[in-house]
Amino acid sequence: MNDVTDIEKTVRQEWGRLLSSLIAYLGDFELAEDSLQDALESALQHWKRNGLPRSPYAWLLQTARRKAIDRIRRNVNFRKKQSEYQLLLELEAEEDADDFSEETIPDERLRLIFTCCHPALEEKTRVALTLRTLGGLTTREIAKAFLDTEEAMAQRLVRAKRKIRKAGIPYRIPNEQEWPDRLASVLNVLYLIFNEGYSASSGGLSIRVDLCEEALRLTRIMVHLTSDEADVKGLLALLILNHSRREARYADDGSYIPLDRQDRKCWKGNEIREGVSLVESALASGRPGAYQIQAAISAVHSEATSHAETDWQEITLLYDRLYEIQPNPVIRLNYCVALSYTQSEEKALNILLSLEKVLKGYQPYYAAKADLLRRTGDPDGAMQAYQKAIEYSENPFEKEFLHQQSLKRFE
Amino acid sequence: MKYMALIYASDEATPKYDTPEGQQMFQDYMAVTARFQEDGVMVSGDALEGVEMATTVRIRNGKTETMDGPFTETKEQLGGYYIFDVESLDEALRYAAMIPTSKYGTIEVRPLKVFD
Repeated sequence: MNDVTDIEKTVRQEWGRLLSSLIAYLGDFELAEDSLQDALESALQHWKRNGLPRSPYAWLLQTARRKAIDRIRRNVNFRKKQSEYQLLLELEAEEDADDFSEETIPDERLRLIFTCCHPALEEKTRVALTLRTLGGLTTREIAKAFLDTEEAMAQRLVRAKRKIRKAGIPYRIPNEQEWPDRLASVLNVLYLIFNEGYSASSGGLSIRVDLCEEALRLTRIMVHLTSDEADVKGLLALLILNHSRREARYADDGSYIPLDRQDRKCWKGNEIREGVSLVESALASGRPGAYQIQAAISAVHSEATSHAETDWQEITLLYDRLYEIQPNPVIRLNYCVALSYTQSEEKALNILLSLEKVLKGYQPYYAAKADLLRRTGDPDGAMQAYQKAIEYSENPFEKEFLHQQSLKRFE
Repeated sequence: MKYMALIYASDEATPKYDTPEGQQMFQDYMAVTARFQEDGVMVSGDALEGVEMATTVRIRNGKTETMDGPFTETKEQLGGYYIFDVESLDEALRYAAMIPTSKYGTIEVRPLKVFD
């Protein structure tokens, strides 16, 4: 355990809890982060020599608090600022009185995540800040995941912390009135982190931390902290079910394999069971949100032994329900595809064609159109649609797949 | 913390004062201003005359240049403001959203700068 990477791993696991607790204690984001960084450097020196302390968490927190006091003291001597001097006195008094143990330290991560995902911050900043503060990723790792330079990402994080402080973004859990919107913002960030991991793996990008795993870890924490809020559970179920197919999704050459052609033996059975049971318990609360319904759709796919055996009736109903909550044309498109396997293909095609205008340039639309035209006996129209689909695809593997599809149908 | 809520809207979207909608809007502003005062969060607030009343002044090469018109010609114009003194951005945003113009215009919320 004296290995540097082991220590770093321990620290990263605890980073969010440590930082959230320090921010609550110090009332200052940047000071908390700098002090924790100082404590980490001390830890690397001490632990390498002496091994891990009994509670690395308590050790780090205590050290970070002392480092914070040092930092304020240096600052006060330099600038003699009344407010900071006051804070210093308070902190020192508390420090003497505090008896540290892991159990007595309150978990402030919920406050932290709501602050990081505040809608007053730009969406990309929310994602980056959440990864940095709760995930404990380094700026370099986050930059790499976003294909940004480290400098640009560091700038973004500095600006975000400055806005939190200067614009007065509060460090607290939103009230009942604010809760639905603010929770939606947090869940959106977790979902984006997962998707970022998804696209990173398809791009062959490898960073130390798998962003899909990280999104799962943070979402699990959210489920725990929000006492099983149905929407949070729904998101966790959705992520688990998507993640359970990770080994079936790409061929050895890196090409993408769509759901209908995946080798279902590669899906993780135990993860599917967890996801399905989570979505069932979320839906049992009687407040079905978008993530819960998407998870339910994913669960229906997961439980089907083959593409043909899928309960398309159920999927059609679920997409219809999802469209009521989120009237967006991509959901309507998926509804059409599901409908085409249950009822008349013509009916599905008619609804699909009504989406042409709003989904102009959207590759999956043309792929679905091509497939439906072929099945309804219009090979010329299908061929044209395939060409459009290929034209709008940005992924070479996908282009190739579509090309093969179009050839297969007309040879 | 003190925040200024800057109220922007385009001319076309703003109800004219001498129409029923304009009268309603005036009533709504009276009501919301009373609410801000009751809650003890309002430092000040005013409506501005339209940009056709604006005059700009600047000094270039030591000479004062005075001109008719606003600083920038934009569709959405600054029409008024409130200054709130509240605990955090969340409260400031909550009160800003109560400003009647938020339904068709835009409210920009900015903290007043503290020099320290």
